[in-house]
Amino acid sequence: MTVPRPPRGTRELLSAGILAGPALLLLLATMLLPVLAVFVIAVTDWQFGAGHLSFVGLDNFVALFGDAVFRASITNTVLYVCLVVPATVGLGLALALLIESCGRLRAFYRAVHFLPYMATLAAMAVVWEALLHPTIGVVNRTLQGLGWPVANWLRDESTVLPTLAVIGIWQGLGFALVLFLAGLKAVPRDLYDAAEVDGADGTLDRLTVVTLPMLGPVTMFVVIVTALRAFEVFDTVRILTEGGPAHASEVLLHTLYVESFEYLRTGYGAAVTIVFLLIVMVLTLLQAKVMDRRVHYS
Amino acid sequence: MSAGVVLDRVSKRFGTESVLADVSLEIRDGEFLTLLGPSGCGKSTLLRIIAGLEAQDAGSVFIAGRRADRLRAKERDIAMVFQTYALYPHLTVAENMALPLKMRRMCLAQRLPGIGRLWPGRKAVARSIRDDVAATARALEIAHLMHRKPGQLSGGQRQRVAVGRAVVREPSVFLMDEPLSNLDAKLRVVMRAEIKQLHQRLGATILYVTHDQSEAMTLSDRVAVMHRGTLAQVGTPQAIYADPENLRVAEFVGSPMINTLSAIVASPSGVVLDGVALPLRTGLPAGGAVTLGLRPEAVSLAPAPGAGLLNGTVRLLEHMGAELLVHVALDGGETLTAKLDVARAGLVAVGRAVAIRPHLDQVLVFAADGRRLRCADHGGAVPASRGARA
Repeated sequence: MTVPRPPRGTRELLSAGILAGPALLLLLATMLLPVLAVFVIAVTDWQFGAGHLSFVGLDNFVALFGDAVFRASITNTVLYVCLVVPATVGLGLALALLIESCGRLRAFYRAVHFLPYMATLAAMAVVWEALLHPTIGVVNRTLQGLGWPVANWLRDESTVLPTLAVIGIWQGLGFALVLFLAGLKAVPRDLYDAAEVDGADGTLDRLTVVTLPMLGPVTMFVVIVTALRAFEVFDTVRILTEGGPAHASEVLLHTLYVESFEYLRTGYGAAVTIVFLLIVMVLTLLQAKVMDRRVHYS
Repeated sequence: MSAGVVLDRVSKRFGTESVLADVSLEIRDGEFLTLLGPSGCGKSTLLRIIAGLEAQDAGSVFIAGRRADRLRAKERDIAMVFQTYALYPHLTVAENMALPLKMRRMCLAQRLPGIGRLWPGRKAVARSIRDDVAATARALEIAHLMHRKPGQLSGGQRQRVAVGRAVVREPSVFLMDEPLSNLDAKLRVVMRAEIKQLHQRLGATILYVTHDQSEAMTLSDRVAVMHRGTLAQVGTPQAIYADPENLRVAEFVGSPMINTLSAIVASPSGVVLDGVALPLRTGLPAGGAVTLGLRPEAVSLAPAPGAGLLNGTVRLLEHMGAELLVHVALDGGETLTAKLDVARAGLVAVGRAVAIRPHLDQVLVFAADGRRLRCADHGGAVPASRGARA
């Protein structure tokens, strides 16, 4: 060979580039560029299908935070998350402990509770609508029969969000339950034996000495996933309430959808998306950082 | 404070499978007794029954003279060291060791996280616990690890903490379930010595489960060899080695394994092995089959073939340092391992014909069913002191 070989460093860089290139391109095309596009659109006044756009700076964001509907949307979303996450995690854990301790019919209970998670929520929403119908719904009929007060669950500003939260809990419970059951299976039996010899053989002691600490990593995962899913609540709102009445069930993704695809204010919708992305990202980082230190023991 | 343990006809079955059948055993106050046996022989189950972690189907357990059958694990005044150590991974070493004391000395309200601190009297109890934990940690030389979590410790350190958690409570009886089997070979020898010292220092009763015969032989006052849910033999390590009651015990104890050679009874006072007549009394009628057990050190090299010698060819040599293991294929088809002084290495080479002299006074004779025949002229009643250790 008479051609001088390129220096070693350059060659390595070249082969590294060739090897990583395809993956990098895919990553750019499917992940990074769309996100970048959202950021670009958010600072324009582009409307979907329009042939022109102009740079408006942070106007979209200023308008956003001045918008009462958007503020209601954020408040509702946070409230919804605060209702759904603790209830889903708490009930999921309690159910998992009960099922684990009962021995028989374990698979049956697991399947039954997991069904709502597998079912299409759009279809299930119709069932919920029928159940919650103010005059002919089973819920109000039952309450009436018991002589208890009834409500127009999905049409009343004060009940609509909690009602949606109940549906959200109903749907996410199976997921939390199955994860907790798997977590319980992974707890070493030896630890329970050691706890028993050490004197921690009561239900409460077993729970605090062994079960709950050992479920730490699973709990962290369940909390994060449940919270993210709660932030993304959309289909029940869209099908059952369309954000009403009077924006009492307006949530972030619904606002985003309406602004982008009904009013076709794509620039404005992109700004909502960015706020949504930020919230989700901050939440994830915060949870991971705070909880990671407390649940992994090595 | 220590006490003995008595097992009275303890039985246990899992489903249709009998795991323990009528096991009766007395562990004396302050004794170090090892349950030795292959995996699946029921030794761990027996330990768990004594601990109260498993309920026996029949029979009774007495701890310190007290019937313990209906006592819960925490009421039995025992402590247990687990094979996996079973340390609480979310607690520091100090908290791990303090837990059994906390469960005993504090009431439920005082143990509650946060508000427990406000409960009257907690401070004094907490101080007493801290002092006891610190004293035990010093004795076990783990004081510098107190604020680490188990995940940050090496295997040996974890093992020491597990022992510490057991010792700190000062129980009457220690139960140890293969506590060294997760350590590497070198550390195992070190920790073995430490456990022995611990026993001498505490004077406590220790029940130790292992499948490792060297642990059983070096640690124990007495060894209980288990086989398929029954006790095959209980005795001092020397007796188990030199005077086994059946072929199974003889085969399980000793490394390298005892040589077992089939022989035919020629007369009540002689057997024939590989065509060689040996004057061993069996008391059996001629024509019966027996098994001769020859420890590798119970044979020596003879300078030349002759009467009463076994002839064979050297197949393999293993240098063990001070000793030489010679694997010999006997002319009759059986194989035999001899342990020789390494000084005799010059006399053997692979492929060379050798003559082996069995030490008739050390030959163990077993009946066809594995039972030891003690009416032999020489083999019976071997003094315990002559048994060499594995």
